[in-house]
Amino acid sequence: MTAFFTSFTGSLLWLILISAGIYFLSLRRLSGQIQTSQSKPHSLAYYYGRYAVIWAFFPAIIVLIVWTSFTRPLENQFIIQSLSAAYPDLPSSFVDLKIAQIKNISSGLIAAEDDIMRGLADQYGYASDRLSMLRYVTVILVSLIGGMFAISRIKPHFKARVVFEGFLRRVFTFAAIVAILTTIGIIVSLTFEAFRFFTQYHPIDFFFGTHWSPNVALREGVENALDEDVGGSSGSFGMIPVMAGTLLIAFIAMLVAVPIGLFAAIYMAEFASRRVRNYVKPTLEVLAGIPTVVYGFFAALTIGPFIRNLGLFAGLDVSSQSALAAGAVMGIMIIPFISSLSDDVITAVPRSLRDGALGLGSTRGEMITKVVLPAAFPGLVGAFLLAISRAIGETMIVVMAAGVSAQLTANPLDSVTTVTVQIVMLLTGDTEFDSVKTLSAFALGITLFVVTLCLNIAALSMSRRIGGRYE
Amino acid sequence: MNNPTDMLTAQQRQDIIRHSLQKRHKTERRLRWAGLTAITIAISFLVILISNIFLNGYTALLQSELQVEMTIPKAELVDENGDLDAARIMTFNWNGLVKKAFRKKFPDVKGMMDKRSLGDLVSDNAGYELRLQIEKNPELMEQNLFWIKTSDDVDMYMKGRLDASLPEKMRRLDDKQIGWVDQLKEVSEIRKVFNTGFFTTADSREPESAGILGAVVGSAMALMVTIILALPLAVMAAIYLEYFARPGRVTDLIEVNINNLAAVPSIVFGLLGLSVFLGFFNMPRSAPLVGGMVLALMTLPTIIIATRASIRAVPTSIRDAALGVGASRMQAALDHVLPQAAPGILTGTIIGIAQALGETAPLIMIGMVAFVVDVPTSITDPATALPVQIFIWSDSAERAFYERSSLAIMVLLVFLISMNLLAVILRRRYEKTW
Repeated sequence: MTAFFTSFTGSLLWLILISAGIYFLSLRRLSGQIQTSQSKPHSLAYYYGRYAVIWAFFPAIIVLIVWTSFTRPLENQFIIQSLSAAYPDLPSSFVDLKIAQIKNISSGLIAAEDDIMRGLADQYGYASDRLSMLRYVTVILVSLIGGMFAISRIKPHFKARVVFEGFLRRVFTFAAIVAILTTIGIIVSLTFEAFRFFTQYHPIDFFFGTHWSPNVALREGVENALDEDVGGSSGSFGMIPVMAGTLLIAFIAMLVAVPIGLFAAIYMAEFASRRVRNYVKPTLEVLAGIPTVVYGFFAALTIGPFIRNLGLFAGLDVSSQSALAAGAVMGIMIIPFISSLSDDVITAVPRSLRDGALGLGSTRGEMITKVVLPAAFPGLVGAFLLAISRAIGETMIVVMAAGVSAQLTANPLDSVTTVTVQIVMLLTGDTEFDSVKTLSAFALGITLFVVTLCLNIAALSMSRRIGGRYE
Repeated sequence: MNNPTDMLTAQQRQDIIRHSLQKRHKTERRLRWAGLTAITIAISFLVILISNIFLNGYTALLQSELQVEMTIPKAELVDENGDLDAARIMTFNWNGLVKKAFRKKFPDVKGMMDKRSLGDLVSDNAGYELRLQIEKNPELMEQNLFWIKTSDDVDMYMKGRLDASLPEKMRRLDDKQIGWVDQLKEVSEIRKVFNTGFFTTADSREPESAGILGAVVGSAMALMVTIILALPLAVMAAIYLEYFARPGRVTDLIEVNINNLAAVPSIVFGLLGLSVFLGFFNMPRSAPLVGGMVLALMTLPTIIIATRASIRAVPTSIRDAALGVGASRMQAALDHVLPQAAPGILTGTIIGIAQALGETAPLIMIGMVAFVVDVPTSITDPATALPVQIFIWSDSAERAFYERSSLAIMVLLVFLISMNLLAVILRRRYEKTW
């Protein structure tokens, strides 16, 4: 029972209870004050309650969250210390496992295998019980002190609404800043890890190297098993072939998506009746709503083998993980993206341009090809750039349908790999978090982020150009 | 020199004009035709995709079972007082019991090899599942006839997914095994029933006992976290940007950031989660809590954009009237505009959450790709999510997992379609034209 009280959820429930109590206490205090001083309050009564709740709830919840998120690493540190005291020569790969075991033993999920483990678990359990007890007491105290402080300030002429709204506005500002914080978080965390990679692997070799085989190091490591320095440290991380594979697949995807998407958009914007539009547009949008893992499944298990069999029939040697299969399916995924963006751009071309062209005697076809499309051109390019950025960042289709070995080839029937596939491969095996291999994934990640960011910005500036031109 | 057309008769001129007009109108016809073809191709891709998945997956709704006759040795399972003993049930060799009972059906089968391949017809999990059933309902022990799951290969054969015309070496079942199954079919001691297990259990190494409940619960938990975090943050940010932000550099920066975040590849959010939430804050790996947080950051821009649009759609007269009768700016925004914008915000949120439901890559990054046999009970338990489950299964070699991942895709699509329908209905029902 005490375990629940002192847990995170328990403390949270207590906080809510206390806040509710403080709310009613502050209302009573206010009415008492009104009675004695015979003056009208500045704000509606519930604003005084809300004001008190702010003080009772928010400082305490911040303490609770910060405490929880910072003590977890400390707890682990504590276990690691006592672990290394108990098992002086424990291999580092076992540490995580042991930590999980100790935690499970102390929460009674599994039985201890020996006395040392039981001792450690007891030690941990004692310490963590103490810690959460301490957290619980601190949180409750902070809440009570905050609430009492707020109640003590309640007087009829106190401007509770103004203070409450000022607080809300600050919270709202913070909510808007979360977007900036996320971007900063992405940039800082990726650059930090990528920087650690670049201290061990030269950036020039990374950006301009033509050989990518992070696993070779492991193979060499097996051969030179006695020489431990070799293992895990000397793979080759030249990203040119990976980037080339990404671009090849994105190119195939665009080859499929651009004509289909663009012609569909022209038809919808210029020829289709309202009825047709009302049916076709949502149907195409269904394609956009299908999760990428479904496309990946389709590419890997249906289109891939299909293209391979087709190749066998024609006497060609097609890899079962060909760039063509992944690219074509990615193209299908991007069709609705291109068609709806282009549709918007085409319909945004002003009526007057169309009327002018028709008035001068051009046919509808001429109006479209000679007036509307050139006017929409920058917007269309913007749409294509966004689509390319999407194709480069797309993960599941290529993880499931493209290859893992990096080859520098322009043959769509070969198997190539992409940046996103490599990131997934490097970060999903049972590898240590700090090895060069895993760090290289972050270097790929920051490259991917920068490339897509540039494409997005270029796309945005393209579509802005059309906005101003005809107004 | 004169213009050459001057020398033509009126008739000839008309012919030339008609000819060129025909040519000029041809571009239009070509464009129209190209557009129609493009739309047809796109829609047929959709039809092929959906029907392919349906045709591959619908058979997973059924599961083959076979009948065995056995008596459960109750004496070995009870303690001195005659009550069931948990430890004894745990250690009892259920698989041996099931396989022995099954072999009794074919008394003529002799020899180690044959006996083994006969045993292979029964699911390796049959004993385990029998144990679970008996733990739940001890009265079953009085029973003599049991239906137990077949192995995945027999299941595939029963569903016609195993081509018996292939040479024996290339098949997962040999001629003898197929013969035995056919024998069972004749006496109807093998049947196909609705595959309830698929919807009530979590993942398993054996395809015949693998289910999606664990993944569905994991997804639901992650999405709850996403909604709890993203919806309030997005609404607050949108109100700030619409009503309180002073135009200037900071506001511009926020807007650019929101638009950009909406186009950042999802895997980058996964990397963020991995290095900040897992690496820095040491949060539990594979947990729906972290998955939900990552998805919240990812869907935040979508919901903010939708919320701003629906706030803007509320006529300014509402806000003006509120301000006019003395409401503060905050009161006007929260008490007058926000309720009017609520249906639009809800619609946008549902669409954002539907996107998050289908998202796979960031969840893989934070380790939700682990093999989890238990249905998670809290948001810090290791779990997987529905799309990740599809990914895991489609990576497996067994043909039976192929069928199951197709069915899981159908379940995922049903969820997505109902969420989107809900959004459409909400929009139709509550959308106001001012």
